[in-house]
Amino acid sequence: MEQNFRKGLRDGMPICLGYLSVSFTFGLLGVGMGLSWWQATFISLTNVTSAGQFAGLTIMMEAGSLMEMVISQFFINLRYLLMSISLTQKVDERFRGIFRWCLAMGVTDEIFAVAMSQQKPVSRRYFSGLFLTPYLGWGFGTLLGALLGEVVPAGVAEVFGIAIYGMFLAIIIPKATESRPVLSVVLVAALLSCVICYAPFIRLSSGLSITLCAVVAAAYGAWRHPILAVEDAEGDEAEKREVRHA
Amino acid sequence: MLSLSVFFKYVAVMALVTYFLRALPFVLVKKKITNVYIRSFLEYIPYGVLAAMTFPAVFTSAGGLVPSLAGVAVALVLAWKKKSLLTVAIGAVAGAALLTVIPQIFC
Repeated sequence: MEQNFRKGLRDGMPICLGYLSVSFTFGLLGVGMGLSWWQATFISLTNVTSAGQFAGLTIMMEAGSLMEMVISQFFINLRYLLMSISLTQKVDERFRGIFRWCLAMGVTDEIFAVAMSQQKPVSRRYFSGLFLTPYLGWGFGTLLGALLGEVVPAGVAEVFGIAIYGMFLAIIIPKATESRPVLSVVLVAALLSCVICYAPFIRLSSGLSITLCAVVAAAYGAWRHPILAVEDAEGDEAEKREVRHA
Repeated sequence: MLSLSVFFKYVAVMALVTYFLRALPFVLVKKKITNVYIRSFLEYIPYGVLAAMTFPAVFTSAGGLVPSLAGVAVALVLAWKKKSLLTVAIGAVAGAALLTVIPQIFC
């Protein structure tokens, strides 16, 4: 069990690294837009979401209405709803009740992705570790950006922005080379995401774009390559077979 | 400048909407979903999310296009060889850093 928490902490390290640079940028921007250092850090510690925070900051500074805040946060962060449902299918049976209420804060794009890439069911201890390192990185990065932002050259912080995508590729590539259905899901999502980003007539927030692309790609995958899951007696390791479509 | 009470109102709204989007489905869905299509959909969601987040954002993620592409190239090779998450992440940063520094030396 102890091993599980430590493994979580270790698996959280690359996420933490990526978060440092993103939250650093948030801290920098927040202070630049008129927040004090503790306010920027407070937002990071209570929200733990990149796109949502940047959007919220803008609404706050433009003195938008609270309703506007509710609507924008809802749509930008709608993908967490899907992720949380997915995660319920992945956690072990002791991960319930109060642990779900507390650890739900940890459902971010990156933590979710790493949790789902585990071979075994996810225990609450593993997830706690996996949440803790990135959470600290997120808060600390914001604080650092807010305090030292003007001293550190922008280029140094910028380079670390790629860390998080390196980690994503480390999850996607091995799986996509093994499984054609996953490869097709990845290609559909990536292609659609590029179209939405570069097409001149489409304007979507990044959070909404990610939600839309993921839903379309996963629905395509489920339609073309449904997975038959056969649970064994213990119910922990699911044996998966792909159904061939005629 | 934002007054403190207004600031806390904004942040409370942000934090609560975001939290309940995560917590409600996580707490309310207790059973294993048996429908094959829904299961498959949920199984594929992480890869859809990851791919959509990575592309095209990765091409500008290290500042310029050239350092970013260098980082992507290193990451692809390391990921292909099934290296750990941390190794691939550090490799990507190293690749991007190298192509950020080299032009500055020679130009």
